[in-house]
Order: sequence, then structure tokens, then C-alpha cells
Amino acid sequence: MSDLWGLSWPRTNYNKREYEMTLMKSLMGAAAAIALTAGAAMAEPALIFDLGGKFDKSFNEAAHNGASRWAEETGGSYREIEIQSEAQREQALRRFAEAGANPIITMGFGMADPLSAVAGDYPDTKFVAVDVNWLDIPNIRQIGFAEHEGSYLVGMMAAMASESGTVGFIGGMDIPLIRHFGCGYAQGAKAVNPEIEVVANMTGTTPAAWNDPVKGSELTKAQISQGADVIYAAAGGTGVGVLQTAADEGILSIGVDSNQNHLHPGKVLTSMLKRVDVAVYDAMKAGDGLETGVFQMGLAEEGVGYALDDNNAPLVSDDMKGAVDKARQDIIDGNISVVSYYENDSCPALQF
Amino acid sequence: MEKMPKWADVVLIPLISLLLAAILSALVILAIGENPVEAVNLMVTGALGSTYGWGYTLYYATNFMFTGLAVAVAFHARLFNIGGEGQAMLGGLGVAMVCLYVDWPHWSIALLAACAASMLFGAAWAAIPAYLQAKRGSHIVITTIMFNFIAAAFLNYMLVNIMRPQGSQDPATARFPETVHLPTFQSMFSTADNVLFRGAPANITFFIALLACVAVWALIWRTRLGYEIRAYGHSETGAVYAGISPVRITIVAMLISGALAGLMAINNVMGEAERLVLNSTEGAGFIGIAVALMGRSHPFGVFLAALLFGFLYQGGAELALWASIPRELIVVIQALVILFTGALDNMVRMPLEKLFMALRKESA
Repeated sequence: MSDLWGLSWPRTNYNKREYEMTLMKSLMGAAAAIALTAGAAMAEPALIFDLGGKFDKSFNEAAHNGASRWAEETGGSYREIEIQSEAQREQALRRFAEAGANPIITMGFGMADPLSAVAGDYPDTKFVAVDVNWLDIPNIRQIGFAEHEGSYLVGMMAAMASESGTVGFIGGMDIPLIRHFGCGYAQGAKAVNPEIEVVANMTGTTPAAWNDPVKGSELTKAQISQGADVIYAAAGGTGVGVLQTAADEGILSIGVDSNQNHLHPGKVLTSMLKRVDVAVYDAMKAGDGLETGVFQMGLAEEGVGYALDDNNAPLVSDDMKGAVDKARQDIIDGNISVVSYYENDSCPALQF
Repeated sequence: MEKMPKWADVVLIPLISLLLAAILSALVILAIGENPVEAVNLMVTGALGSTYGWGYTLYYATNFMFTGLAVAVAFHARLFNIGGEGQAMLGGLGVAMVCLYVDWPHWSIALLAACAASMLFGAAWAAIPAYLQAKRGSHIVITTIMFNFIAAAFLNYMLVNIMRPQGSQDPATARFPETVHLPTFQSMFSTADNVLFRGAPANITFFIALLACVAVWALIWRTRLGYEIRAYGHSETGAVYAGISPVRITIVAMLISGALAGLMAINNVMGEAERLVLNSTEGAGFIGIAVALMGRSHPFGVFLAALLFGFLYQGGAELALWASIPRELIVVIQALVILFTGALDNMVRMPLEKLFMALRKESA
């Protein structure tokens, strides 16, 4: 943990590589080094994590991974904060903008409203909003993910792997974003087997629901008793409990956001990938030259997808892989349309 | 005879407790390899060093004053209201309905209506546990804490299914119209060439919280009802003997408590966010318990304790922004303060009482 806490003041992430680079630069000539570091300091990006915190094993952690990767590869440094209260959303945005951070990357739909209040005051600063795509402000890069398309694919795989004809879905909180995941999943499962039963549960009603593995485990057992033999978790840290219990009880599970196949090799059917890390990495890499506007990251852009690696290769038959890859291409080509929950705030395949 | 002078009870004990908490916090900060002096410096300048910092400190303090008073009033009747969180959530719902569904000509009228609605909703949410306690003997601690979860689920349902604007994926209401925005400290105290409290969320509600402190003081110590509440709190049998109805006092005290907790919503919902979000109360209801404990259930004590917690919140935010101290540690510091001032009261009190007794013997 020393790399976490042994940071310099004020909060900036330096690493070994940058240290070596600085060393090299000082050898090359002090003047050049000053010019280089000054340039880097002006465009230092900032990252604002959502309330879940940096190490939530899911959404925020993916952003952290993307940012760390950028820092490692480029030797750059960035500021970051894990907010603790709603009032801090606007506070952090303004403080970073006034400190000259650019771009400022924010996580989660909760930042949409504070951004719409703040972004106009700092027209020269570029903001990035992950999971937001409905604002009309020029200096924001809004990144929406087509979670329903990725979930559709893993839903197909769940239905093909299920022997009982019942598959499960465990969400975090009952909010539109999670319904969006569940809706795509149910559509995919029903596309394979129209008779399939989809059992859906939400973990809780308070933010604690995103980090409650014990409750996730209980819900998994409850769904198993209803006949589910493949369960998809879209619940942040709670999913760890879902995957664990599914592995213990000998059924299959599906991970979310990051590739979670390695958590229980041979027991996790696949993971629905949401490449938040790539989005954050790209934004940091673009720096000042960042393109703003609304960006939709779907299957075609490889913003979402399903994970296939050595850990789950034995579980994914050639038939399964062929069918899913065909569906993926059909969705990209427009031959299959996956209904987004957001369109009418309702889902054709699943009742919430 | 008193064991020690009143000033020692009111001032010395909290001060020593705070000092102990600060020393332990400093040790923890040292243990993770940071400089505690620098950390304290950052917290103090960040929270109290500018009008901007004060603007945040007072904003948090306003929340904690309302919830602290709510807990304090119930304490006087020996009722432990842990449901401030849920009551404040419902208060927020009341405020949002008033602000969104009625066309107000001016913020001052809207504020009065929002106060009334938040108190009504908060009190209504406290009424059910109060009734269950008074008539059925269901323990208020259990029922109020369960009602927090019901409130969260209810709010979730309302925001996701009913009050969310079409097209938004954020489970929150729309922004309230411009006319119901409350004056912030920035607009109240800034002059053209001297901008104070820039961007800070502190608003006129702070003064309402001060009024509430005075009103609670008057209620508890200057009215017949307050006397009945205190009598009931000291001894139920004694109160019954004096003709005070336990059912009535339980329900009335809880209604007042719930109304005060609900009133918090005019600060965080109407004053700061200007819309209702899912996580609007974010634990202020629970902090209110610590505030009331620390403030000895006296409105002035609640005021001071709320300021302290406001300082801890804003100082903690600055620490998170500019230092590499993880946010979990900030929670540890806050918890240490609660532990020493609330739970470990006797640890400081007993040696201090012995000391005063010894001093008195010597002088006698």
C-alpha cells in the first residue's frame, strides 16, 4: 500500500518511471526539463471518483486502472479525489478547475447536474463525464456506454449455458442504469430461449447496496432455490459475494464492468466488459486536444463486450461462441436491435 | 453537593475529550507516514481560513443543528430517535413537492411553505413509530431505524418512477425553478468588489437553524409542555402520578423531533442541491445523534457540536482534495471524536471528579 499513501504533496501520483524520466531529463539539460515539466503541470488532468470510492472492484476501480495505466505509460501525473458527500461534487469540480486541471474527468451520472452548473463558468477547461450523455454543453466530453448491448450478449450465453431454464440477475440499487443492464440481459436470454425464466433482484435501497457481498450471497442462494443456474451480477462490490456463492454452490455466474473471470476460474461463465478504463485512458492521453461532444461506446466501438480468456474457455462451447459473435455482428449491422430501457423507461422482456 | 463545578462539566470535559481524540488522530496520521501538523493546518485553513471554507462549514453545521436538535428533543423525553435520517429524507420529499408543483411568486413565501411541508412530512414519518411505542410498546429504537430503510425505499421509488424528468438517467428530480432558489451567503454578504463565501452552499437556512435552537430552548425550559417532556424523561411513574399522559408526551415529543429532522431538508434540498437526489441526507441523521450527545441535549451545546462536526466535514474534504490522506482515515478521525465525546464520557469524567473532590478537601 505504500504506493497509495506514500504520495507527495499536494496529491499527485508520481511513479518510478516518471522519476527515471526526470532523472534523464536533468541529464539532458535542466532548461529542457523545466520547460517539459512546466508544460505537463499546466495540463495536469484530474479524476473525480464517485461516492463508491476508488477501490470498488468495479466502476470506479476501472477508472483508476485506466488513469494508472496512462500515468505509467506517459510518466504523467494527475490529481484525484474520492468524494464523500453530494455537496462535494460541485466543490471538487470548481476547486480542480480553478487549480488549472485539464481535462477534469468525472465518474457517474450523479455528476451530470453539478457539471451543468459548473462547466459554463470554465469555458477553457474540458470536462469528461462518464455515464452521462444527455447534456447540451460544449466543453464536456460525454461518454455513454451501451450496457444493454453487452448485457444482451451475456444474456444469450446465460440462456445457452442454463440447464434449468431459469437464469438470475442481481442488481445494486433499483435505478434506471441498473434496469438498463437487466433489460438487455433479459432480451438476450429470451432471444435464445423465449420460454426462459429471468429472476431479477436488487440488493438494497441505500448506497450501501453497492458494497454488500453478504447480501449478494443471500440473494444468490435465494435465486438458486428458485431454480436459477446462471446468475449475472451488476452490483459493484456486492457482485463479489454473488460470484463467490455461485462458485461455492456449483452454478455459473457472470461478472460485470471489469473482466472478473479470474476470480473463480471455471466457475464464471463470462464477464460483461464496460471499458471505463479505456475511456479514462483515452481522455487523459488526449489531454488538451480532447474532443468534446457526446460519444456512445457500443459493441462497434468495443466500449462494451464479453470476456473470453483461459479461465472461461472450457465453459464457452464453439456453438455458443459462434452464436454470440453472430449476434454481436448483427447488432452492429443493425439486424438485431436491443431495446434500451432509457427509450421509454420500460423493458419489453423484464418487469421491474 | 455537586461533585464538580458546572463550568467543568460543560466546558472542561468536552474539551479534554476533544484533545484526547485529537492526540489519537495525530498518532494515526503519523502511523501512515503523514505529517499531523500539516494535516491539522490544512483542515483549519480549509474549513475556517476563508469565507469560502466557512461557507461550507456552516452549511454542514446547519444540517447537523437540525438533526441534533431533533435527537435532543426526543432525548429529553428519554426516547432515542434514530430515525432522523428517514425523517429528513421525507422532509426532502415534502420540500421537493412544494418547490416543483407549485408556482411561487417569491422565494420567501416558498421558504415558508417548504418549512411547513418539510416539518409535516418529517413529523408524519416519526408519528408511526411514536404511535407504536406509545400504544403498543414497540421499541422506538428498532422501529425508527427500520423506518429509515422504508424511507430510503420509498424515496427510491418516488424518484425512479414518478419524479424523475423524462430522459434523465439520474434518479433525481428536475432543478427547482429560479424563483425558489434561496439567497446564499454569497448573495447576502458580498459587495460588488468584495466577493465573500464564493460558491459556498451556506444559505439563509443557517439563521432558521439558529431560530430553531432558540425555539427548542424556550420549548424545553420555558413552557409547560417542555416541563412535561422533561418530567416524563426523568421518571415515567412520577410523570403519570403528576397527571402527565405518557402516550401524549411520547407522540408529541416524537412529532417535534421528526419535524426538526425534516426541517433539515430546506438546507440541503432547497438551499444547496436545488433538487432532490437519492442520497440527499447522506448520514446527517446519524451525525445528529453524536451532536446531541456531545451537546448534552442543550440547544447551545448542539450549536457548538454542530459547528465542530461542520468543521470536521469541510476540513476532511480539504484534506481529501489536497493531501494524500485516504478518505477512510477522515472517517476514523470523525469516529474518534464521536467515541470520546459520546461514548467514553465517564473515562474523562471520573478522574476529573476525583480531582475536584481532592481539591475541595484540601481547601476545606
